[in-house]
Amino acid sequence: MQIYLPIAEMPVDVFLILGMGVAVGFISGMFGVGGGFLLTPLLIFVGIPPAVAVATQGPQIAASSTTGALSYWRRKSIDFKLGGVLLVGGFIGTILGVLFFNQMRRIGQLETVITLSYVVLLGSVGTLVSWESLAAVIKAGKVPPRRRTAGRHNWYEGLPFKLRFHRSGLYISVIPIVFIAILIGFAGAVLGIGGGFILVPALIYIFRVPAQVVVGTSLFQILFTMLGATVLHAATNHSVDLFLALLLMVGGVFGAQFGARAGAQIRGDYFRVLLGLLILSVAIRFAGDVFTQPKEPFSTTLTETVR
Amino acid sequence: MSARLIATALLVLALIGTAGGARAETLIVSLSRDNILIQSNFTGERLSLFGVIQREGDEKGASAAYDAVVTVRGPRGAVTVRRKEQYGPMWLNLDERKYIAIPAFLAVQSNRSLTSIASASVREDLRIGINAQVPQQIVARGANDPRFREALQRLRIAQGLFRENPEAVRFIAPNVFQAFVDLPGTAPLGDYDVDVMVFANGAMIARGNTKFRVAKTAAEQTLATIAAEHGVWFGMGTSILALLVGWLASVIFRRD
Repeated sequence: MQIYLPIAEMPVDVFLILGMGVAVGFISGMFGVGGGFLLTPLLIFVGIPPAVAVATQGPQIAASSTTGALSYWRRKSIDFKLGGVLLVGGFIGTILGVLFFNQMRRIGQLETVITLSYVVLLGSVGTLVSWESLAAVIKAGKVPPRRRTAGRHNWYEGLPFKLRFHRSGLYISVIPIVFIAILIGFAGAVLGIGGGFILVPALIYIFRVPAQVVVGTSLFQILFTMLGATVLHAATNHSVDLFLALLLMVGGVFGAQFGARAGAQIRGDYFRVLLGLLILSVAIRFAGDVFTQPKEPFSTTLTETVR
Repeated sequence: MSARLIATALLVLALIGTAGGARAETLIVSLSRDNILIQSNFTGERLSLFGVIQREGDEKGASAAYDAVVTVRGPRGAVTVRRKEQYGPMWLNLDERKYIAIPAFLAVQSNRSLTSIASASVREDLRIGINAQVPQQIVARGANDPRFREALQRLRIAQGLFRENPEAVRFIAPNVFQAFVDLPGTAPLGDYDVDVMVFANGAMIARGNTKFRVAKTAAEQTLATIAAEHGVWFGMGTSILALLVGWLASVIFRRD
């Protein structure tokens, strides 16, 4: 069954788009990542114009993270204070990212920058997470994965502006948290992603936030980032497609439910191995684009249309 | 549409019956529709075109066989063609050419192959065929490299936006023909012009044209207009919808 998208100006198969929403929603609910790093390339692959794809994955991710965040909220596993601090940093990062994005577009190397950033960012995060968690799985719990111990602190936790985060059981400086959030906001604006796949490992490894709180807090942060991104995209480049978003949302919220249940049944170590491998596989796909000889070296871009 | 078709058929019949006058051919063309409205279930549209060659002052039996070429062109726009080249271990878009006034849709339809209808020089003069319709000019810097122009045509043909069909025109009487124009679901919005040429013995003897428009229906257009002119509100509306869908799902799936 086909439906015509009014903004993308093309017909798409309803069930294909719903299916993509379900698949990405499943992963989103399972790992607490937004799934933008999967959805954007998928949409472009089925022929949606890149501008529409980047802009429209915002509402879809917002919808599935609303569902996710609500269920974590009921279980009281969202650290709102930590989430708030992350949002402040994310906001600053987003503005910087948009400025950088426009500058790169002016130079004409945006596509290369985006592809290489995907490779570097996803590749390094994916490798780190897989490596660390595989090692933990092999050791089979003999050494519990880096539990916080009293009196042992990393240098960055002792910087000024210390805050107490009750829900996460942390008493650390906000400087490294805001710094990470700025980086994520920056990457999000440039690459059209929520940044959950960076935030989740960062909270686990750098700040040692308990795993249950991490996913809820990450979803909370992603939700507000994506709502902001939707409004910004709609206001500046008018490429949010309502029909496409609605299809993806409906698929996504269903997928997220099943994903969240599946995620609850997986052991923490395996959970991180899977997340790491998932991120790594996307990085490899992007690397393939850049490092292998393309079958069709030519591509076309419509620069202006007279109507 | 059917009313229009019947009217066209009557016109055709009336014209078949007429004869006599000076020795010149005139061409009358009529399109089944001149306005194509895109609704949410739009997946493409087939247009049919009738052409009548009106002969004057010719003896009845002396008619040469006619050929017809129907060229449909969509709205024009500038296109950048990029080429990936090896740079160290990477393949990057390093080379590009710009072309202006490239039609967003181009269909060249005829009753037999273009090469058998007219000679190469005639086709070149009249710009018949995809290759002849794609302008040569390059706006930006860079030497003329035919591979970019070839790639542009190859990619557009693969996307179904450029096509040549030597079987899409059918003569239903010696001086009456019908052509089908299949617009794909991805057909760009805008004004399309239809250029019809009739040949006899390899020379063009008559030419006619018509046009049609592809536009969104009121509902689709309203949505697009709101998105374009009230972006902030559109974004906020979409955000609220996202929250609503997410909340609804959590209510539906709640297991307490």
